[in-house]
Amino acid sequence: MNVAVMGAGAVGSSVLELAAEYGHTVTAMADSSSAVVDPGGLDATTVLDRKNAEGVVGSADPEDALEAEYDVLVEATPTTLGDAEPGFGHLRTALERDRHVVLANKGPVAERYGDVRELEAESEGEVRFEATVGGAIPVLSTIESFGPDQITTVRGVLNGTANFILTRMQNEGLSYEHVLAEAQDLGVAEADPSFDVEGTDAALKFVIVANVLRDGAELTLDDATVEGIHELPASALDLAEEDGQTIRLIGEVTEDGVRVGPRLIPENSALAVSGTQNIVQFETTYAGSLYNSGRGAGGPETATAVFADIGHLE
Amino acid sequence: MSDSAEDVRAYTVRLELVDRPGELLRALEPIAEQGGNLLSIFHERGNLTPRGDIPVEVDLEATPGQFDSIVDALREAGINVIQAGAEQYSDELTIVLVGHLVDTDLSDTLTQIQDATGASVRDFSLSAPEGEEEESSARLRLATQKGRADDVIETIREIADQKALRVVEPLPGGEAV
Repeated sequence: MNVAVMGAGAVGSSVLELAAEYGHTVTAMADSSSAVVDPGGLDATTVLDRKNAEGVVGSADPEDALEAEYDVLVEATPTTLGDAEPGFGHLRTALERDRHVVLANKGPVAERYGDVRELEAESEGEVRFEATVGGAIPVLSTIESFGPDQITTVRGVLNGTANFILTRMQNEGLSYEHVLAEAQDLGVAEADPSFDVEGTDAALKFVIVANVLRDGAELTLDDATVEGIHELPASALDLAEEDGQTIRLIGEVTEDGVRVGPRLIPENSALAVSGTQNIVQFETTYAGSLYNSGRGAGGPETATAVFADIGHLE
Repeated sequence: MSDSAEDVRAYTVRLELVDRPGELLRALEPIAEQGGNLLSIFHERGNLTPRGDIPVEVDLEATPGQFDSIVDALREAGINVIQAGAEQYSDELTIVLVGHLVDTDLSDTLTQIQDATGASVRDFSLSAPEGEEEESSARLRLATQKGRADDVIETIREIADQKALRVVEPLPGGEAV
């Protein structure tokens, strides 16, 4: 398939690099200020070298990438809240041109799910967004294959940064501030970690799960109850450990809605994954609990989910 | 477990007594009279309910038939029976509270939790490694009535909110492996 990539961050770059391996051609790519278009296919090394050296992917306008020839638009610009722009506008343009859209950007499906579905209904194109939840871990496709009605509850750990901080605080008895600084040095946490440690990132993912699970719910971040792990004292983890438990930032989609917060779970619980690992538990009507776990973030990991979605469109 | 009417079981009765001499004795008489075996009395003197009554918790053994007669007799005697039943404390719940626990009167927090939820604090651990002025954590193991855990947590949240404390709750269903 011919693919246009909006966004040249870790995910967009990985999609460009790996497309050929999956048998696809990237015909256009854009970052926030520039674009490069080649109907014959872009050379990944050339584009990414230019991005590194000059901060632009090419000399064209981002609009040119949207108007280029492609079958699938991969939307991998940063997640924004509220109107979810510019990602939502990119999605709209592609659907109005009857093209497919594969999202890595959570904004459109977490904040404007109803609008996305409405545009999709009027288009020949389809919208898929496995990459928005848990990187390479098949979460939405698991719901899709079992059927939303067969899954009663989804819960788990969908933020690697928060899980890394809590794991290390517990294992090493270190303070929140110390581990956060360490995570920032390692690139596990961003300079401004608030999106991760305040639970927003995990909440957006569970809102997306809820939207897929509960047809017509059309939830947004505002509908979720969110509490983070910001400045949790090490003493809380010590007390949990004394009792054979640990504290993890857990998200849940239940009958009561979407909730994210620090929770006590047994140390040997399947949900008590270590480091940056993610895990999702599906409670099913007839098959008990199922667990999918793995790497929930990162360029190649998220690109893997993008290609899984593109595979479904072929 | 056998459910025979002849089986002697442990029960907990929570009473609220009017603060006047002889009330406690008056409340205990029906237990012996109906054939119950008194195990323990937890008399929270100095700790009044909003109506000025004294909360008392009584553990006893009796057959289900005897127990029903005891509760009836207590009520007939005009004694305020708040909760009664073998299942009163059949569920356990552990939470961690985080914040300025000492500055916000920890003892008052625990009393409020017990009074407002009807749960009983079975185990308590405080960790304040940075000193009592700094944020500390406390782990509470609560015995609650069967199926009441959600209500209890909800009430604890309200109490904690007033004191700007964070509540780390357990995850029901998360324990399954």
